[in-house]
Amino acid sequence: MFKKVSFLTRPTLARQDAPLPWQGRSERKVEGALFVVRRDFEWHEDEAGGLFHHPARVGAMRRLLVCPPDYFAIEYEINPWMRRSNAVDSTQAVRQWLQLMQVLEQDVGVVLERMKPVPGLPDLVFTANAGIVVGGKAVPSRFRYPERQREEAYFEDWFRGQGYEVVALDSGSYFEGAGDLLGFSDTWFGGYRQRSDIRVFPTLSGWFHREIIPLELVDNRFYHLDTCLCPLSGGELLYFPPAFDHYAQEALAERIDPVRRLVVPEAEALRFACNAVCVGKHVVLPAGCPETESLLTLHGYNPHPVLLDEFMKSGGSAKCLTLALD
Amino acid sequence: MMHDQETVLLQGHIIDSLILAKVLDTILMMGGMFDLEDVQIGKTREEPSRARIIVRASSAKLLGEILHAIQPHGASIESERDCRLSPAPADGIFPDEFYATTHLPTQVRVGDQWVEVERIEMDLGIRVDSVGLTARTIPMGEVTSGDLIVTGREGVRVIPLQRPRDRDVFSFMESQVSPERPHGQIIGDIAKRLVQLRTGFREGKTDSKVLLAGGPAIVHAGGREALTWLIDEEFIHVLFCGNALPAHDMEVDLYGTSLGYRHAAGRVVPHGHEHHLRTINRIRGIGSIEAAVKSGVVKTGIMAACVRRGVRVVMAGTIRDDGPLPGVITDSVEAQAAMREAIPGIGLAMLVASTLHAVATGNLLPASVPSVCVDVNPSVPTKLADRGSFQAVGLVMDAASFLRELARELGAGL
Repeated sequence: MFKKVSFLTRPTLARQDAPLPWQGRSERKVEGALFVVRRDFEWHEDEAGGLFHHPARVGAMRRLLVCPPDYFAIEYEINPWMRRSNAVDSTQAVRQWLQLMQVLEQDVGVVLERMKPVPGLPDLVFTANAGIVVGGKAVPSRFRYPERQREEAYFEDWFRGQGYEVVALDSGSYFEGAGDLLGFSDTWFGGYRQRSDIRVFPTLSGWFHREIIPLELVDNRFYHLDTCLCPLSGGELLYFPPAFDHYAQEALAERIDPVRRLVVPEAEALRFACNAVCVGKHVVLPAGCPETESLLTLHGYNPHPVLLDEFMKSGGSAKCLTLALD
Repeated sequence: MMHDQETVLLQGHIIDSLILAKVLDTILMMGGMFDLEDVQIGKTREEPSRARIIVRASSAKLLGEILHAIQPHGASIESERDCRLSPAPADGIFPDEFYATTHLPTQVRVGDQWVEVERIEMDLGIRVDSVGLTARTIPMGEVTSGDLIVTGREGVRVIPLQRPRDRDVFSFMESQVSPERPHGQIIGDIAKRLVQLRTGFREGKTDSKVLLAGGPAIVHAGGREALTWLIDEEFIHVLFCGNALPAHDMEVDLYGTSLGYRHAAGRVVPHGHEHHLRTINRIRGIGSIEAAVKSGVVKTGIMAACVRRGVRVVMAGTIRDDGPLPGVITDSVEAQAAMREAIPGIGLAMLVASTLHAVATGNLLPASVPSVCVDVNPSVPTKLADRGSFQAVGLVMDAASFLRELARELGAGL
């Protein structure tokens, strides 16, 4: 059922939600029409897994997909961070990656699934862009740049090999996986304009029965949503507002009350402080972000800084190097 | 007027994300307009919402720019089909199921783009040139075998008129015609329009010509001097009439009577009924009205003013005409075509004291042209005002009083 609205004759439209307990109310004016939207702002413990790095149930082990950086290098330039002249120190990169794995396994207690690296695919190491995995279903990415499109088949094969039901998006639109789709248990956020296409979100929303709030990314240094926004397990949001247009900033501000919005300072945002892996109360983030660490500590989280500057040469950090699995 | 438009769909979680607000703001900020055709709002948090938005812009270029700007936010152009075209089976015959036009601005979709139908007029067909991507109305009688004519309703859209910007009598959606309606204000508003249009006409602006379609009652009732003044002052640029208006107008000049009545005294003159016939005969002898005026035979009145001012005159004859005068078109299809040719560029039409010419002219006018219909018989303005236009004003009033009052409002010392 829907209401047909004519702006000339029916200036007011009130939306009736299901009778849920709600703790917030937003009123929005769109050109003379008042949309009154009742909203449930309660945060739930994650039950669906998938997009979230914290365990589905207390005591359950979180599984993450990773790919060793054997062939990691800067072989092309598809974001402002990449400079072919700025060569990767492979030994350092391997050392940093192993350090990250150690923190994830030993300090955070996750289970790592290692994918076989492929020569000629330097960015396969950034498994966050493999796709998304939710409820036994995997949606492989559709990369915007041909340089990374060659990765699609390998990720898809890996998902099939693990027994996931692979659901494919139309080849006409771009979607860069968990790099551009993050969220809480009932609300997901979709980054668009830089890499992913806004049109994929209604499709994904239909498949997974989740609300997906599209957020426009306006700064090409923050080219994926996970470079500037990180939902935390307790319902807080770690983010860098100037990476978003003002509608997205307002949508986030309306959705999440101010005490739960942890704003990262610019200098640390540029070190990819938001590219963090949150599992329960553990947050693994790039080293060199002391203010972010303090913010996290203040909110009861346990920050684990890891030096990942070799991966920053490619515009990636902790979160980009992992994909949450079921 | 915002004629170029496209329907777009926006779906997903567009309300709380402010995507809908962003798209609507973008349209307005870029100088476009929108109508929200329908909005379906998801009843639960998970259920997506959906909006159908008509985007309007003043030019195809601006519309393209707006669409380009809103597409990255998910606005997708509603898939629409081209209009159906069928060849005319023979000269003068439309294909079955031909689309019959209205007098409202209309577009047809050809080669995946909306094309404006030129020379819009009600009750015609639409001929499409699919190579040149143009569309134009065509009367049934003018169609040639094989012409591609729009059939059915698919790929055709009629654009409702926007309310005019000027806050005058034409901007109120009233088609009510009543003899009790006060005339002063309406005539004042018409006068203001005439002044604006004359300025535009003198500056060579488009759509600034004024058309008057009138009957002989203008002369009989004593409106001749006022109309002559309006023409001389360049307020009227096109005249539609029959045989009688010019005949009686020139009868006044040559004999001082109209239909035999002494024009000044209002008394019947002996053998006065012959005067209009003698007038017609005289002009036929000279060869044309223009020659009669230029040679000084006809010195005063409406036709003399028209010749002096270069007003375009279309005279359409009827079966009861005497003579007729040279220049009167006796073939009604030809007359209709000649009137149609004079319509483009008209910014205001005054239909005064002639049922026949008022209705014929009303049928030819696009709804976007403001029109005033003046007649002592309420049925004529009512008929015209019922055409569904915002901009049709009906006045139940004597023609001479109307023209005199209008001329006085414009400064005539009558």
